[in-house]
Amino acid sequence: MSAKNKVLTVVGALLILVWCLLPVAWIISLSFKSQEAITTGSPGFLPAEGGRAGWQNYVDVLNDEQFRRAILNSIGISLIATTLSVVLATLAAYAIARLEFKGKKFVLSTALVIAMFPVVALVGPLFDMWRTFGIYDTWLGLIIPYLSFTLPLAIWTLSAFFREIPWEMEQAAQVDGATSWQAFRKVIVPLAAPGVFTAAILTFFFAWNDFVFGISLTSTERARPIPAALSFFVGQDPFNRPASLLAAGAVVSTIPIIIIVLLFQRKIVAGLTSGAVKG
Amino acid sequence: MTNTVVAPDSREDRAKTAQMSDRSRAEQRLGQKLVLPAVIMMLVVTAFPMLRAIYLSVFDYSLTAPDDRSFVGLQNYTTALTDSLFWKTTLNTVFIMVVTVAVELVIGFIFAMVMHRVIFARGIIRTSILIPYGIITVVSGFAWQFAFSNSNGFINEWLPWVADSFNWFGQYGSAIAAIMVSEIWKTTPFMSLLLLAGLAQVSEDMIEAAKVDGATWWQRLWKVILPNMRSAIMVAVLFRALDAYRIFDNIFVMTAGAQGTGSVSFLTYRQVIEQFQLGIGSALSVLLFLSVLIIAALIVKIFRVDLAAARQES
Repeated sequence: MSAKNKVLTVVGALLILVWCLLPVAWIISLSFKSQEAITTGSPGFLPAEGGRAGWQNYVDVLNDEQFRRAILNSIGISLIATTLSVVLATLAAYAIARLEFKGKKFVLSTALVIAMFPVVALVGPLFDMWRTFGIYDTWLGLIIPYLSFTLPLAIWTLSAFFREIPWEMEQAAQVDGATSWQAFRKVIVPLAAPGVFTAAILTFFFAWNDFVFGISLTSTERARPIPAALSFFVGQDPFNRPASLLAAGAVVSTIPIIIIVLLFQRKIVAGLTSGAVKG
Repeated sequence: MTNTVVAPDSREDRAKTAQMSDRSRAEQRLGQKLVLPAVIMMLVVTAFPMLRAIYLSVFDYSLTAPDDRSFVGLQNYTTALTDSLFWKTTLNTVFIMVVTVAVELVIGFIFAMVMHRVIFARGIIRTSILIPYGIITVVSGFAWQFAFSNSNGFINEWLPWVADSFNWFGQYGSAIAAIMVSEIWKTTPFMSLLLLAGLAQVSEDMIEAAKVDGATWWQRLWKVILPNMRSAIMVAVLFRALDAYRIFDNIFVMTAGAQGTGSVSFLTYRQVIEQFQLGIGSALSVLLFLSVLIIAALIVKIFRVDLAAARQES
């Protein structure tokens, strides 16, 4: 690489880092400003002299019953939806990658259409139906739509992974004296596990991020997930949003995502790109 | 894992499929059985509600007066299609979609080129690029709203040509710009990762050969790299465009539709959930779905790439 190219690459890399991290740094900075400083209006990136709140905003947010409920709802609903979605998608992707059957094209194109679906187009009928079935404003009422909307991504990611598995290895293990069950468990399961795991992460991201279903299909803190709770979090003065409190809540709700990203960065990139481009 | 019980049999099935038709039939049945739960799950929340939306859209039906439901034919559609608000939001949504996808394509490609070339700190860059992707859209909407705010933000202070008291959310142009900044920030990483995967599939040999033949950097980009990434670019544009057309979270959080910044999704949500107008809201839902189909068909046609081939088995 020429010296000029090297400089350009370094500048580009720095630009990417600033792009990705600046708004994050900003929301963290905001979460440490005092509420008085916010209401009197204190523009600027870092908290001004005397406008620092320390951990007070975090203490307040975590002491807020509604916020705690929303975090619990989000964790519970997202985990259940992720588990179910990955189980169903594993069955389907296994069949798509390894078996010949009529209707394979139908499954893949259905998944494609659903991935493009404008979610808002469904909330009306779902709102109506869920009220009739009595699952409006319940965990189940959110788990079902999350399940449906994460299945396409999970099926694509998994079938792309499964197709890469050298299935002959299982036969080789059988030749070496393993029973077919042992061969599958000892050879295929470990190879498939990273794919299943990747699909689980992407599914969890979707459920954690959802907003449309979250605000349309819930009405109380019984099931309201964190994005919806944040948007309804107005404090005592509805005309002046408690920016610093909201920022603290936003940071708390981002921590699980940051941890997942830090731990599994490689897998997420592989999952996103194999599901979408290589397919 | 749940499929372990059936796997060993199917393994043997597969080896003999060619000769044995009852085996092949068994494989058919097994395959269908395995995909069935996923298909049912996908259809329960899409096909059935969509049919119900089509059905409800021909009624005058408000949840505030559910007993007064009456059949009105296509009247909800004519009401929507002759209402200037519908066309204003549609135009606004198309505008957001075109601008954000175009900007994201350019920035995303530059990011992808950098990530492709960079040798140091690969892990750090890939980790950071996933952060905007992973962050809740509502959170990024708030972050940018406060950043643009003239009482708490820093943007006015940092931009020398903008007055410190300038209210970004006071008029259409600047409000829509703020919404698009938030949208672009959040989704460019996704675009650049897809483009990075496409870039990785362009053979280095071909680029080298073009270099030996004396092609300039610009010529190599346009004649070798981009044409070979066509299907990756198409998938990225298609997915981002459809996603951008459904824009909702950022608008809800940042302006709540003020200054004419509402999108089609936002208008539909308002009608159904806030005003309980299921009839006209359902008609809007159907129109929204139709426009997404039209956009998908247009993009596939413009790029002339077989989508099934790009996404399914080779």
